[in-house]
Amino acid sequence: MTKELFIQGNQACSMGAIEAGCRFFAGYPITPSTEIAEDLAISLPKVGGSFIQMEDELSAIGAIIGASWSGLKSMTATSGPGFSLMQENIGFAHMSETPIVIVNVQRGSPSTGQPTMTGQGDMMQARWGSHGDYEPIAISPSSVQEFFDFTVKGFNLSEKYRVPVILLADEIVGHMRERVLIPDKTEIFKRVAPYENSSDFLPFKADENGTSPMPAFGDGYKVHITGLTHGELGYPSSSPDDHSNLVRRLTNKTLKNRKDIVSVDLKYCDDADIVLISYGSPVRSIIETVKLAREEGIKIGYLKINTIWPFPEEEIAKLNCDDIFVVELNLGQIVYEVERVVKSNANVHLIGEIGGRLPKPTDILDKIKDLV
Amino acid sequence: MKKEIRIGGFGGQGVILSGVIIGKAAALFDRKNSIQSQSYGPEARGGASKSEVIISDEEINYPKIQNPDVLVAISHEALLKYHTDLKRNGILIVDPDLAHMSEISEFIEKNEIKVYQAKVTKIATEEIGLRIVANIVMIGVITKITNIISVDSAKKAIIDTVPKGTEEKNIKAFDAGYNLDFN
Repeated sequence: MTKELFIQGNQACSMGAIEAGCRFFAGYPITPSTEIAEDLAISLPKVGGSFIQMEDELSAIGAIIGASWSGLKSMTATSGPGFSLMQENIGFAHMSETPIVIVNVQRGSPSTGQPTMTGQGDMMQARWGSHGDYEPIAISPSSVQEFFDFTVKGFNLSEKYRVPVILLADEIVGHMRERVLIPDKTEIFKRVAPYENSSDFLPFKADENGTSPMPAFGDGYKVHITGLTHGELGYPSSSPDDHSNLVRRLTNKTLKNRKDIVSVDLKYCDDADIVLISYGSPVRSIIETVKLAREEGIKIGYLKINTIWPFPEEEIAKLNCDDIFVVELNLGQIVYEVERVVKSNANVHLIGEIGGRLPKPTDILDKIKDLV
Repeated sequence: MKKEIRIGGFGGQGVILSGVIIGKAAALFDRKNSIQSQSYGPEARGGASKSEVIISDEEINYPKIQNPDVLVAISHEALLKYHTDLKRNGILIVDPDLAHMSEISEFIEKNEIKVYQAKVTKIATEEIGLRIVANIVMIGVITKITNIISVDSAKKAIIDTVPKGTEEKNIKAFDAGYNLDFN
């Protein structure tokens, strides 16, 4: 039976993880993500899973990469300062095609910033934080229900494409409580195991969607896992072609499967002169702003970005309006992506709020009236 | 109908939990929409703490409170910090042993604020014998004065939230607050 609860976003995230089949969590507690670790420390052992509190975030992500290779769906949760420390191994997870889920409940930043306040300063770090060419998958929930749903989705995408998935939440979504429905059955992606004999198996030879079946340690396959450029057998290679083929294949896993991964929600955009774009908790502000503005007869709509990376280029390029306002809790990050995609087809404006306050719908509406 | 409640005190008083219980009572048992959110400092105890609940028949988009209909102050600091946001004709509930009204009497008069005083900390300590249930006594007071949630739903939410084995004490605390006479 569907369960109805009144819980925090962070609690919904940990329930989503269990639902998705997560059986390993390693992390170092940090506000405002701590409740995720707290809840999983209780719930994981009950389903036969393991929870480890690590000495820091570097080891936390190392542990979940190892656990993933031992066959368990694995996750860590952190906030900006911990996310910074995880960047090196995020690159390793991309290169070694290790499915993992990293939850970043963002807070005021840079540095230790505002531990108990909200922020969205890590959007570009999620995109470019590790070195080299890679195409991450990142999704942003804007409600408690979505924090549950997107955690399940995050695990499914990560397992399907063997790409690390980042849940870019923020303090408001993590800490607020709302009614949430926990379905009794959820669609779960089961990791694909190799079918060949171990002697014939090429662990990094891709199937049609660019991904290869993943053996677990102990299954009897010989697998060499390295962050170095490698061929299909997994051993280091210095061939320019091997490098080019590998990195292109890795990035294409995300890029060529855009349609399956990307998700946005649009409302009232068909006749709109003005479109508001946001993601995460400020989505709540723009929905209310559109409601207020429509009551005044202003033709305005909104586009809510669910999948930050890969960026919903096609969906945003299709917008047919004069002005776009990007509302985000930083001094301008996603707004530049919107500009890149929209080109000169609309005027793109930023409403960037920092300090931990959620932009008020009336303030957003005033700014729109000032500028347009 | 949309009602906004803000409860302010200091960390360790159960300020956040009282907001959670009110929000839960509304969302799960009164079948309305509600959102609870909170803010607190980096300290575990003693810092300022605030819990906010919005209850509405309609969908709630913006989750933060701007001008509460009800302010509950269980510390003097919270009273001074938040009283000016109260709506005209709004409801102010204070524990007079912890928050003193004299400093804000001008504001109260000018904005026709309805003030209710409930010595919840004293009641919790002396009647229940457990100071930490002062927040539950306060839920009883809030329920009585505001009618924002029903008594049944409040009790269900308390039982659903408090640790097993403490239900009886907590219901007793709720009743002690609810049975206070404010006329």
